[in-house]
Amino acid sequence: MTLFDKYSSLFLSGFGYTIMASLLALVASLVLGTVFALLQLSKKKGWAMVGNGYVQFFRNVPLLIITLFFYLAVAKVIKMTGFAAGTIALSLYTSAFIAECVRAGILSVDTGQMEGALANGLSYGQAMRKIILPQAFRIAIPSLGNQFINLVKNSSILAFVGGLDLMYQGNIVAANSFDTFTAYMIVGAFYLVLTLPLSYFMQYLEARTQGNQ
Amino acid sequence: MNDFFAALSADNLSYLLQGLGVTVGVSIFSIIISLIVGSFVGIAMFEKIPYFSSLIGTLNNIVRNLPLLLIIFFTYFSLPQVGIRLPIFWSTVVAMSFFEAAMLSEIIRGGLESIDKGQFEGARSTGMSNKQTMLYVIMPQAYKKMIPPLISQLISLVKDTSLASGIVLADLTYRGQVVYAQNSHYIVPILIFMTFAYFVVNYLLSLLAKYFDRKLA
Amino acid sequence: MEKNKKRLFGIIASILLVAFLIIAGVWAANAAQKNQTHQDTLERVKTTKQISWGVKTDTKLFGLVNTKTGKSEGFDVDLAKALTKQIGKQLNLNLTPTFTPVNASSKVQLLKNTNIDGVLAVMTITKERAKVVDFSDSYFPAGNSLLVKKDSGINSIKDLNDSSKTVLVALGTTAADTVKKEAPNAKILALQDYASAMQALKAGQGQAIVTDNAILYGLATENPDYKVVGGTLSYGPYGVAFDHNQKGMVEETNKALATLKKNGTYNALIKKWFGQVPGLDISQLEVK
Repeated sequence: MTLFDKYSSLFLSGFGYTIMASLLALVASLVLGTVFALLQLSKKKGWAMVGNGYVQFFRNVPLLIITLFFYLAVAKVIKMTGFAAGTIALSLYTSAFIAECVRAGILSVDTGQMEGALANGLSYGQAMRKIILPQAFRIAIPSLGNQFINLVKNSSILAFVGGLDLMYQGNIVAANSFDTFTAYMIVGAFYLVLTLPLSYFMQYLEARTQGNQ
Repeated sequence: MNDFFAALSADNLSYLLQGLGVTVGVSIFSIIISLIVGSFVGIAMFEKIPYFSSLIGTLNNIVRNLPLLLIIFFTYFSLPQVGIRLPIFWSTVVAMSFFEAAMLSEIIRGGLESIDKGQFEGARSTGMSNKQTMLYVIMPQAYKKMIPPLISQLISLVKDTSLASGIVLADLTYRGQVVYAQNSHYIVPILIFMTFAYFVVNYLLSLLAKYFDRKLA
Repeated sequence: MEKNKKRLFGIIASILLVAFLIIAGVWAANAAQKNQTHQDTLERVKTTKQISWGVKTDTKLFGLVNTKTGKSEGFDVDLAKALTKQIGKQLNLNLTPTFTPVNASSKVQLLKNTNIDGVLAVMTITKERAKVVDFSDSYFPAGNSLLVKKDSGINSIKDLNDSSKTVLVALGTTAADTVKKEAPNAKILALQDYASAMQALKAGQGQAIVTDNAILYGLATENPDYKVVGGTLSYGPYGVAFDHNQKGMVEETNKALATLKKNGTYNALIKKWFGQVPGLDISQLEVK
């Protein structure tokens, strides 16, 4: 553990950046994902196509390429750090998966509820916001949780663009100490501190909802 | 537009396409290995063998919750420290298969659990053995249910091979970086080309999956 | 009965799996500790009749991939070929060189893994590194300098000593130490390799790249809006790296290098790769 003592400040600062990137991307991708899920379900063909195109695009293109695009091409026009470029790419990428989860959630809410709400004089937007979406999110919680775990893991992409995250610092420690074995073991342990509790919590929720059925 | 043609000159294009070959090669080997290993692990978790299943489940959880990038770096840079040396291509295949098997096994377990318990008893009562029930009754149905999540996981696998560019595997992503290292005007054209290439491979993969899906139905 | 059988199976399988994991863990810990049992590089070269070199793929003038052939080209690559031939002559063997692409984080690992025999990849000789690898005599007199945009107004490292400035370096190079010493207030951002650092500079992620001047001249020829400034900040000659305790291989390499320098091969290679670089005086590089 002497390696950890020697480089603890690097590991801890990387851990902080990883958490920050994950939280920022979580909020952004939840918002974007919901918007694009609604677009996909829109009755207007044009909007639905935009929604579908967005989701299909980001689901089929590597996150690394999207990150490089922001870091190398977009950053020339709009200045941004590697951390920002990585976090934006991560948000867009994850939002496509979240859109799928939310869409599935909305579709599994009984269509009668929408009709009922509309019959009671609520507008489409009101019905969506007050009646359908809350239920859809509740249904989608397990799959959303898995996407969040993926998001935390995928934040390691920041290492490719000098994003100061855990993996970036791990590479620096590995390159400086030449003890790659221990360096990456420590990095792995830090990621597990974030992802394992989440994963068990999701399994617990899943088991509970299955028990309720 | 001129940049686009210059970036994708005949030499560069053939260099990039060879990289696409590496990407596809790594993907195919990893898909095959991780499907086989993932099925075994998934069944082991589903069977609820006392102690063993939960032990496997815990190990599986640890692997699933690590970043793939870390596993790729670890396999290539750290395993040699304990005497396990693999050429870069196989090192990537091992890392991808190890990680993806864990992801797929979770999908396979979930698919098996969604099959009605009554079917087991029904099949058993017609005189089928445990193994036969699994092979002829449960697995085909389970696979049918699993296909959509399996496909999206396999698409993720293909995309994630790009991470191996970090250990200098000469795949499509790495070669793209080599090409735009020559001239920074090539960055955008090359990124567009790579996006397109990955999209096509993944689209073909999903078409193939749809074909199998229809055959099973 | 069926249930008991399953339970027994579960217990036995679990014990076996746990035992396997413990044994693997202990074995790995042991193996990691006594990783020093490496092979003799010279012996391996003699038996395989080839020398496998780690070279760069993204560094102009030293090792840059030609997409037509898919192979790296540059001073390092040519020197590796010449060294292979000369060492072959010394050993009375017909040796062939092979090349493996490396980056900053992989080069030492690959040496240790014996995937490659030697590294000729713009690697500066440092005390820290000499603890884990063996170096030959210096084969190139490099030193750290700055690459900046022509109209940036930055003329020396002192202009960067400010917390609003970011200096770009490549991961696993000596440049970060130089910057920490000369401009302690500047922020340092480490990128995967030189090409990424150059892209980052162009994208405005930092104000300067600090690394070896010869590499910077290479980048400047590609990117005419940028120039090398600041003189030589630290002297950091390149060496050929081998795994630790490879006395035989290092001696053969030094002997071959001395011969190449004497018979004019070395100067010819310097002229071939650096003769056309604007702003670089090759008389400083040539051996007399």
